[in-house]
Amino acid sequence: MSRKIREFGVEGCIKLSGLLVIIFVILIFLLLLKESLSLFGVYPFKDFLTGTKWLPVSDPPKFGIVPLLLGSIYVTVGAIVICVPLGVASAMFIAEVAPAGFKHILKSLIEILASIPSVVLGFIGIVWLGPFLKTTFHLSTGMCGLTGSLLLAYMALPTIISISEDAIVSVPKSYKEAAFGLGATRWQTLWRIILPAASSGIIASIMLGIGRVIGETMVVLMVTGNSPIIPHTLLQPLRTLTATIAGEMGETVSGSDHYYALFATGLILFIITFLINLIADIYLQRTKK
Amino acid sequence: MDKAVIETIRLNLYYGDFLALEEVNIRIHRHRITAIIGPSGCGKSTLLRCFNRMNDLVESTKVEGQILIEGEDILSDKMDLISLRKKVGMVFQRPNVFNLSIYDNLRFGLRIHRMMSEKKKIDEAVQNALEHVGLWDELKDRLKKNARTLSLEQQQRLCIARVIILKPDIVLLDEPCSTLDPVSTLKIEELLRILKRDYTIVIVTHNMQQAARVSDETAFMHLGKLIEFAGTAEIFSNPKEKLTENYISGRFG
Repeated sequence: MSRKIREFGVEGCIKLSGLLVIIFVILIFLLLLKESLSLFGVYPFKDFLTGTKWLPVSDPPKFGIVPLLLGSIYVTVGAIVICVPLGVASAMFIAEVAPAGFKHILKSLIEILASIPSVVLGFIGIVWLGPFLKTTFHLSTGMCGLTGSLLLAYMALPTIISISEDAIVSVPKSYKEAAFGLGATRWQTLWRIILPAASSGIIASIMLGIGRVIGETMVVLMVTGNSPIIPHTLLQPLRTLTATIAGEMGETVSGSDHYYALFATGLILFIITFLINLIADIYLQRTKK
Repeated sequence: MDKAVIETIRLNLYYGDFLALEEVNIRIHRHRITAIIGPSGCGKSTLLRCFNRMNDLVESTKVEGQILIEGEDILSDKMDLISLRKKVGMVFQRPNVFNLSIYDNLRFGLRIHRMMSEKKKIDEAVQNALEHVGLWDELKDRLKKNARTLSLEQQQRLCIARVIILKPDIVLLDEPCSTLDPVSTLKIEELLRILKRDYTIVIVTHNMQQAARVSDETAFMHLGKLIEFAGTAEIFSNPKEKLTENYISGRFG
């Protein structure tokens, strides 16, 4: 009898923990939605979404999210363009080319890479990468989109490498055997057979990498120059959604329009990352089949 | 004595310290089906994999002796593995079609060997290969479908087609029917009899009836040694070695 009660108790606890996680996500979403709606009562949603000026302290204030959205997109696209080829190539190297001992060293190095605090990367951006880019491209300031993209690419690399590597390793060995049996070289096998077979896992890794990049705050806050204007190139200072919230939250009065506008920005960010993770999940499911 | 297509001379093969093949001397003849039988672990697959050097993929393998294919020593450093594997094709135990369309499965070999580039010629070769293995009528309308949607028997036929589209001289089959049902097995065997006209076939099988049904010559192996090699009828009706007799009469295996 007591065993039955214990079973019941344990089961209940596990269920509750699972439910709590879901409930928290929903509560966070509802909070964001509620605070955002407070803004949209006084500031039209359409102006918020299509406005090209973010001037929260001018009179009247303007809360156009376009420059921030574009800032996030520019930095993210830049980071992805840099880290996807690098990450997938590294994954290929680790999975198929590197000798066993070296493979272990590389894998633990990549884990260390993942554990570098983002504020440290921001530091490197300020004291080294920014000035370096400034002199290389003759910019007025090194605190620009490209600096952010480079550092974020570095941050997304571990995710992309480890998930892509898993996907490549899990391609059935028989494919490789078949390709070698037909006289394919290692490169032909990798390029024409293994990569296509691992493609859904690789796409999932890229999506998770994007999720990581777009939600990252500290690095972009430190190195992208924080100017909320519509960027034309990655070599200009810009500001992302995340940096805006982190940078301005401390200055706002609780309950003001500005305060609610930041929540609305958070809501947009939440929706974007949710969608990206959803896509990643769909592709991960596909790999399992 | 006629010339052998495959000949091994005092072939030894080690996996690390383990001697997997010991002093194997075998002569395999053109346009015959040669079956290699024996209990599991006797080295029959290992021997087969020597003929297109698939054992190279296994780490710490060491080979001694000679393997001559059409008179050429394939163990020499100068041997071009890519052309060797084109000449000596292999079909594996489990159908291992690529996760690509039927058409692309067949085109893969043509592409890597840069055999033809004109679409018309590729189409022709694909049709030929599929006709050869008796799949054309079933599949001609769905060449773009993923090959993994086919039945296992169809997949194994496709694997055979994928090998013969490269016009090899020798086709090696490593227990090609072990995952198939009896009816499919008979169909594959029928196919092998047809292919014999154009190719030299070596088949490893754990199924003695299959060896008896399909092969012209049979090699019996035990613990890495080639015990007996003779015409199939002779091996099964009048084996010279006691071990062979015990095995084929089912006393061990």
